[in-house]
Amino acid sequence: MTYRYLPMTEQDRREMLSVLGIESVDELFQDIPEGIRFQGSLAVPKPLSEPALTKHMGRLAQKNASFDQYASFLGAGAYEHYVPSVVNHVISRSEFYTAYTPYQPEISQGELQAIFEFQTMICELTGMEVANSSMYDGPTALAEAAGVASSVSGKKKILVSAAVHPEARHILAIQAKGLGLEVIEIPCREGITDLERLQAASDSDTAGVIVQSPNFYGNIEDLSLIEPIAHQHKGIFIVSANPVSLGLLKPPGEFGADIVVGDAQPFGIQVQFGGPHCGFFAVTRKLMRKVPGRIVGQTVDEEDVRGFVLTLQAREQHIRREKATSNICSNQALNALAAAVHMTALGKEGLQKLARLNFSKAHYAQEQLSRLPGVEPLFEQPFFNEFAVKLSKPVSEVNKALIKQRIIGGYDLGRDDEALIGSTLLAVTEMRTKEEIDELVAELEGLL
Amino acid sequence: MSAEKELIFELSKPGRVAYSLPENDVPDVDPKNLLPEGMIREIPAEFPEVSELDLIRHYTELSRRNHGIDNGFYPLGSCTMKYNPKVHEDVVRYPGFAKIHPFQPGETVQGALQLMYELQQDLAEITGMDQVSLQPAAGAQGEWTGLMMIRAYHESRGETKRNKVIVPDSAHGTNPASATVAGFEAVTVTSNNEGLVSVADLKKVVGEDTAALMLTNPNTLGLFEREIKEIADIVHKAGGLLYYDGANANAILGKTRPGDMGFDVVHLNLHKTFTTPHGGGGPGSGPVGVKDVLVPFLPVPVVSIGEEGYFLNYEGPQSIGRVKAFNGNFGMLVRAYAYIRTMGPDGLRQISENAVLNANYMMKRLEKYFDVPFKQHCKHEFVLSGNRQKKQGVRTLDMAKRLLDFGVHPPTVYFPLIVEECMMIEPTETESKETLDQFIEVMGKIAKEAEENPEVIQEAPHTTLVKRLDEVRAARKPVLRWEKGNALQDK
Repeated sequence: MTYRYLPMTEQDRREMLSVLGIESVDELFQDIPEGIRFQGSLAVPKPLSEPALTKHMGRLAQKNASFDQYASFLGAGAYEHYVPSVVNHVISRSEFYTAYTPYQPEISQGELQAIFEFQTMICELTGMEVANSSMYDGPTALAEAAGVASSVSGKKKILVSAAVHPEARHILAIQAKGLGLEVIEIPCREGITDLERLQAASDSDTAGVIVQSPNFYGNIEDLSLIEPIAHQHKGIFIVSANPVSLGLLKPPGEFGADIVVGDAQPFGIQVQFGGPHCGFFAVTRKLMRKVPGRIVGQTVDEEDVRGFVLTLQAREQHIRREKATSNICSNQALNALAAAVHMTALGKEGLQKLARLNFSKAHYAQEQLSRLPGVEPLFEQPFFNEFAVKLSKPVSEVNKALIKQRIIGGYDLGRDDEALIGSTLLAVTEMRTKEEIDELVAELEGLL
Repeated sequence: MSAEKELIFELSKPGRVAYSLPENDVPDVDPKNLLPEGMIREIPAEFPEVSELDLIRHYTELSRRNHGIDNGFYPLGSCTMKYNPKVHEDVVRYPGFAKIHPFQPGETVQGALQLMYELQQDLAEITGMDQVSLQPAAGAQGEWTGLMMIRAYHESRGETKRNKVIVPDSAHGTNPASATVAGFEAVTVTSNNEGLVSVADLKKVVGEDTAALMLTNPNTLGLFEREIKEIADIVHKAGGLLYYDGANANAILGKTRPGDMGFDVVHLNLHKTFTTPHGGGGPGSGPVGVKDVLVPFLPVPVVSIGEEGYFLNYEGPQSIGRVKAFNGNFGMLVRAYAYIRTMGPDGLRQISENAVLNANYMMKRLEKYFDVPFKQHCKHEFVLSGNRQKKQGVRTLDMAKRLLDFGVHPPTVYFPLIVEECMMIEPTETESKETLDQFIEVMGKIAKEAEENPEVIQEAPHTTLVKRLDEVRAARKPVLRWEKGNALQDK
């Protein structure tokens, strides 16, 4: 059988073997001891032609309920937003997507410049001075931030708000185990970080304080009250933020954050079952040399022409090896490009409008739902595009009924916290029309 | 194209837009009425203001200033720059894959879960492992995940003093870095004069404090560790486990399996062996496979099958927990799955056979121009040394830059660290003999230039838009973002 990705003909093979002075390809594998040579055929399915493959993949895809056919109110860290056509066209340029990391800057100026622009946009968004070229995703960026806080402060204790995304806290816990950090979870009070408990836990051993705003429940934390607690013992103040919210909310940088992390997924990156997304990592200039991952910097060539290179590489694993404080190697360059294209498309004005649309839609939905008997707002806190409500029936039962009406219901908060059984977290982005919101309200009215 | 390209911010003009947002069909809410004053943003983010055509021309020009596999040969050692099939880019964009949420009820994502389940099975078969987790986002994260499992395994046996991970001196930088980040101390085992792990040195290094040995096989020199069974025995007898760095798995598909070699845990780079595009640096995907002994420690959830179909299985009382949010880099899993379904068992084997034949052919034909430090058959990649050319005043870096003038991406240079003036060349199986011959011809020409006209190499590249860039300046006076007024002036 022939394969379209394998250009070697029989004649090529013969010619190449003859240059090598051998009879068969097997001779090139003689150095694999006989006992561990694989015999027979791998038990994977038979090959498919391209038409058969697309049909098979199409059938698998059709077994999934997509946002095209269902109105989704799921968020909880991954959000359906409109992805402008230009995004897909740009990231489909194969000069971008088939390139490796830009280690040869002379033939990678396009990628390098695009990332330099991405870094700038992340700085603008977060109110920070320096951003890297991206991380795997928001939660791993958050865990890496804890490592930076420890390495900068020389201390081991990390205080993390219980209102940080539960999966991010899981990842932080295992990262902390590896790095030998102690993580103390600060409980919530009325849906936001309990400042008294935070104050009580904060001491001279504290390396850093991590909060998320809007937090996992959608509530906006008062960063102006958290910052002094984080800094009172010279700890590092780490804020995880939803980037769309920063079109409307004062950025963490203006509140004195030292590190701002998050996920750029809402900008031009499909939810795609949870990944790949695109973590961002922004810091003050003071922490510039502690940032994990790749950073692009501006320079000039021999003829004084402006150009871009990967820089400050002395931080990275391929140079520092066992002395590295992070092992990150790849980033999410193509998704960072997607985010940069979307941020460019939005522009200064579009970003603000997008944020306001999200804010208005979510508040309309919350107001309508709160009027229903059987629905109660879980918290009385300011929120952005996501909010929690308590239902009079089990969330899983309600969601099952909603699916039949082509509505994907909210995130069951009882999954992570027994105290929140019966509560659901709903996200309402610009994608939800008034009609869809009203339909959700009507369905719930019937169900509860 | 001019050498210098404006930044998108330098094209900005107030009043131009490239967005199209849905009409607001609900009552507009003024945040000032609902949020405390101090929470509202006063200074808007300075995003560029351009029209849609401005945007497209900008990024199109940037793409033209970039070299990918589709532009030309890319023999970057250890990176497996093979062709990225176009059909993968189509299927991954099907709404049923692209527009689904990780928290949707299981019954609404059965196709996605089935794909993940089958991929777990296929990767376990290919690597000879018992169970696979698709969670890790990249190779380095896979390494760290594997090491955290090894740590949990030793701790579960009360062996808390096993704090050392042995890493060959030829290893990728991520290996020792992952060991450190997982809380181990990395110790080095040296290579012998054949470029293989020194078994004698290994015997000295291994001991009661050994948690694991990390090994790439074939190693980063492209050589198969022939004594792998003995190496595995030594480590196992000492109570340690074996970690397989799958960066070089493109050499062994259907030929040998890490599980059969004695490895206990393996990661694969789907963006190398399984064609998911490198994307200019990512996203990647780094699934890990384990033998039974480590199955209890796998990250959760894995995808299982039950009476009601496929489901995310969170069972695992000894699991190390979650290493990545949601379901790993699902989009990359779709592509790798499509690739395995396209190639089938014989196709997978041919991938490695052709990759290895291509590499050996190139090495053989290049040996008259360059020093070959290890004279034996290689696997999917090989190393050359530029020592001969160094004596002529030409460094490996210079030759790499000279290759740019011929439209070829240079090999990996100065790695592995144990070979002087190293060039590490990996042709992959998707390149034709004609392409290899052209490259060999270019390399021959450069070797000749080194003898006769070294300046032309030392001053390379000559044909690129920008010339060699001042990296020292970039690091000493870091300019890491655009600021109003800084860009063109502040060079």
